[in-house]
Amino acid sequence: MSENSKVFPVISVLTIIVILWYGFSVVLNAPWAYDQAKRNSISLSFPELVSKTWSQKRPKLPTPHQVANEMWNTTVHQKITSKRSLVYHTWITFSETMFGFFLGTSLGILLAIAIVHNRATAISVMPWIITSQTIPILALAPMIVVALGSAGFSGLLPIAIISMYLSFFPVVVGMVKGLKSPERLELDQMKTWSASGSQVLVKLRLPKSMPYFFTSLKLGMAAALVGAIVGELPSGGGGGLGFRMLSGSTFGNTLHIWSGLFSAAVLAASLIIFIGILQKIILKKMALEL
Amino acid sequence: MPQPHVIEASNLHLTFETNDGPVNALSDVNLTVKKGDFVSFIGPSGCGKTTLLRVLADLDKPTSGEVTVNGVSPRDARMARAYGYVFQAAGLYPWRNISSNIKLPLEIMGYSKSEQNSRVSKVLELVELTGFEKKFPWQLSGGMQQRASIARALAFDADILLMDEPFGALDEIVRDHLNEQLLKLWKSTNKTICFVTHSIPEAVYLSTKIVVMSPRPGRIIDVIESDLPSDRPLDIRDTKKFIELSQRVREGLRAGHSDE
Repeated sequence: MSENSKVFPVISVLTIIVILWYGFSVVLNAPWAYDQAKRNSISLSFPELVSKTWSQKRPKLPTPHQVANEMWNTTVHQKITSKRSLVYHTWITFSETMFGFFLGTSLGILLAIAIVHNRATAISVMPWIITSQTIPILALAPMIVVALGSAGFSGLLPIAIISMYLSFFPVVVGMVKGLKSPERLELDQMKTWSASGSQVLVKLRLPKSMPYFFTSLKLGMAAALVGAIVGELPSGGGGGLGFRMLSGSTFGNTLHIWSGLFSAAVLAASLIIFIGILQKIILKKMALEL
Repeated sequence: MPQPHVIEASNLHLTFETNDGPVNALSDVNLTVKKGDFVSFIGPSGCGKTTLLRVLADLDKPTSGEVTVNGVSPRDARMARAYGYVFQAAGLYPWRNISSNIKLPLEIMGYSKSEQNSRVSKVLELVELTGFEKKFPWQLSGGMQQRASIARALAFDADILLMDEPFGALDEIVRDHLNEQLLKLWKSTNKTICFVTHSIPEAVYLSTKIVVMSPRPGRIIDVIESDLPSDRPLDIRDTKKFIELSQRVREGLRAGHSDE
């Protein structure tokens, strides 16, 4: 499909979403507007109603332009060291995500190598890996924060651990598949050269797993970001987009929730696009398109 | 003192256990190969010719019987890097260029960098691929890829070359050319070559010894010592002797089929 023919459907869907959003803003914010009008004993015409519902200070559902405005004000018009700055909170979440992502990816690769090389590990560890993902992270996160807190760790580390807990899983699954992707012929070939297990790993399995590796990284990165945001909720205090959204929810500041949400989305998209670019360059160089 | 045999197999049996019951891949195989022989294994698919080659290479284990390669067990021979193995597919790594593909076994075996370089240029010359060091596999034709894979098998200078239908996927013109090259290479290096094929002209043209095999169970029907001159231009295939040898191979193959 050419670039042009892709643009049209994307724009159409986006337009429909924005129209629906403005519509729901009217519907959801109307009770408050009517209530205000009643107190002041005035009646609202439809255009007046629309303009009132789209410009409330604490709307139930802020409009897209209000969210955009809020994001602009809290990124450009605030010092980035200020707790009111979205950049400040995004940076905190970003650091936690990267830390957790790094831990999760390392753990995932090590586990995958162990699983591929040792049947006993595969049988004994794999059920636990799967079990770990069936426990809701929301239930587990406070326990991790409390346990690590009592061991003297607070701040970045507990959140990175929670983030790791979510992000290692797609890496294990993807890398096991990737490390097992060499064909019979390639493994036989290595055998005829009497190559050791570690030589097969370094020279054949790891390079051959690259397409799976990058796919795993994308999934792992998204999971790490979710983990970081969830990890901020029970930690309190510190900051970050999760904290920002939680405090917005506590104080009924929907603009904080929505601007936090969008910042998280922008952050996730940027990180994943970055991995996608690396993927394209490296796989092309290795002639390994999947 | 008689020259020791490079390969000796006696009463070799191999049974694969499959879901449909046991399959007799090799049954009572007896074989000797002298140093410098060019031996072809020919037969229809399922006759165990590839399996026999894999047993020699220690990629499959015989169920019973004795087999030695260079006087030791296939496993010891493999660990001593006694043979180079060329597979049906070239199996070159797409992320490595030709030169570093050929270096792969050398890296594994721990050759020094300078030794690696000199060996690469030597074997590339042998397979007439000099100048293609920096090319990547996908930039080469199928025939050139297979030549690179032969070069890789030659790089560590094993005495024995085991080749499993290396030209099976190539068209006839390319195959003729590579057969000629392979003969030249065999003569100049004095290696012992075991060559699996299902083409009668290829087997007769290349070999000093032709082993005709038959399926169900995989066994040896006939062993033909070729008395063709060692100097073999391609048109030797039109001579009376060549045609007689081909007929004998064909008869062997037919005999193997008639008792089904």
